[in-house]
Amino acid sequence: MTTATHNRLRLRIQHIMLGLLHAAAAVNMAALSGICLFLAVRGSSALSWEFLTAYPRAMMTEGGVMPCIVGTFLLSCGSMLLVFPAGVATAVYLHEYSGSSRITRCIRFGISNLAGVPSIIFGLFGLSFFVTFLGLGVSLMSGMLTLAILTLPVIINTAEESLRRIPQSWREASLALGASKWQTIVRIVIPAAFPGMLTGCILGLARAAGETGAIMFTAAVYFTPHLPESVFSPVMSLPYHMYVLATSGTDMDKTLPLQYGTALMLIFLVVGMNLLAILLRDRMQRHGRQ
Amino acid sequence: MKTRAEQCTAWLLAGISTLSILSMAGIVLFLLLDGLPFFRDHSPAEFLLGLHWYPTDEPMEFGILPLMAGSLAVTALATLMAVPVGVATAVYLSEVAGPGVRRIVKPFVELLAALPSVVIGFFGMVVVAPFLQEYLGASTGLNLLNAGCMLAFMSIPIICSVAEDAIHAVPGALREASLSLGATQWETIWHVVLPAAGSGIGTAVMLGMSRSIGETMVVLMVAGGAAVVPSSVFDSVRPIPASIAAEMAEAPFHSEHYYALFATGIVLILFTLVFNAAAFRMAEKNRSGADC
Repeated sequence: MTTATHNRLRLRIQHIMLGLLHAAAAVNMAALSGICLFLAVRGSSALSWEFLTAYPRAMMTEGGVMPCIVGTFLLSCGSMLLVFPAGVATAVYLHEYSGSSRITRCIRFGISNLAGVPSIIFGLFGLSFFVTFLGLGVSLMSGMLTLAILTLPVIINTAEESLRRIPQSWREASLALGASKWQTIVRIVIPAAFPGMLTGCILGLARAAGETGAIMFTAAVYFTPHLPESVFSPVMSLPYHMYVLATSGTDMDKTLPLQYGTALMLIFLVVGMNLLAILLRDRMQRHGRQ
Repeated sequence: MKTRAEQCTAWLLAGISTLSILSMAGIVLFLLLDGLPFFRDHSPAEFLLGLHWYPTDEPMEFGILPLMAGSLAVTALATLMAVPVGVATAVYLSEVAGPGVRRIVKPFVELLAALPSVVIGFFGMVVVAPFLQEYLGASTGLNLLNAGCMLAFMSIPIICSVAEDAIHAVPGALREASLSLGATQWETIWHVVLPAAGSGIGTAVMLGMSRSIGETMVVLMVAGGAAVVPSSVFDSVRPIPASIAAEMAEAPFHSEHYYALFATGIVLILFTLVFNAAAFRMAEKNRSGADC
């Protein structure tokens, strides 16, 4: 009898605890959908053709965010152009060339530490090195370089992950046919791993597009009356514009629709790109299994 | 057969690969270059233990104790909230959910990690702050509690994904042995799986804390910005990253204030390096434990 009650108690505990685990997972889903839905409902009324294509007007209380979209596009695409080749080269070296030598351990140590550096520290470094020491000024170039370093670990890790997924037998087959190591890498390994590397590139783009701390001293400005003319002009960017609108407006209520609109644009861009990367990865994993 | 060209390519790739070490070294070097001049006129003790941060008043005072206290307080609060939810989600994903449910829930966690911090900060300002003011009677909605909640949401995905890997690495035989002895699924999770994944979960917590203490935009927007040592969760705080982000634009180039902010940056990067090193060591321990 006592054993039976004890067992019932155990089952009850099991029920309650598994229920809590379900609840924890639900909290995640509720948080994401809550934030996205809230911004979609409040922000959708602000989205219009004018919002997407006009400059901010009247002390940024009216008009649109076109220069911010252009700035964010240039910053994130520019940084990917800079970092993608370097990241892929590092991943190829780490996975295809080096064994577990001391230099490899050093490189891995560098990558894992770089991944943990706060974004505001990247901002300070960019200000001190690119803006001041190299004399690039507060410019598109300084911002792209800072963001390139910030996204380097993302690119390297996803590229290496996709190299790891290529079967060893493919390399051996190519080498057995008389191809050199380099030919094998360029003609066999990289083409096969490329979709995975591209996923990393999309994740890097999204990360760079949503980043604020790293560009607030290096590239972004409150307002510029025209689009950047060269890589040495300062730019406006969506996340920094979002921050400026939300914290330092003179008439907060008047800019509220603009704030919601900008926030919606930003999560639409960033979450959209991440979703694309997740779908791509899912597809590849399913193809890999077949 | 190794030709000269092949050898050159290998060296070239090795050269490019050092970029990550060079960047890390460059970051530390330039922080020191612009931060150490501050200590020509100020003692480290006065800097680290000073209770007053008045960088623009006369006389200027640069004591970062309130900033460090703010950073540690928001991090502790965020970790307290994020660890149970993050680990529970990880357990759910790897032990309870079927593959179909997992394929739906997992992307939600990953997308939560991808939300730009400035948007989460904005959400804290327009939704959480008025809520705290109205229903919990806080004098200002921009406070420690608000920042802690928002940071918790940012560190849950990290804690979850690292902990999930650790739980996944626990051998299936352990679970089967426990179940065959008559333990329920929950008892197996609590008494067998979680202890076996212990150091991996420790790594997850450390990485989550590292993320919280370094996060800038959220604390800049919702922590309130008062440089005082907090005494309740409704107090406004000014964590280190918020202070740097808010003041750097106004600090005159190469002024005392400018150097002080870089010195504060050195303290911040030390905090994150300590958390990362702790995470790294726990991960190592995990690996060597799995071998034997």
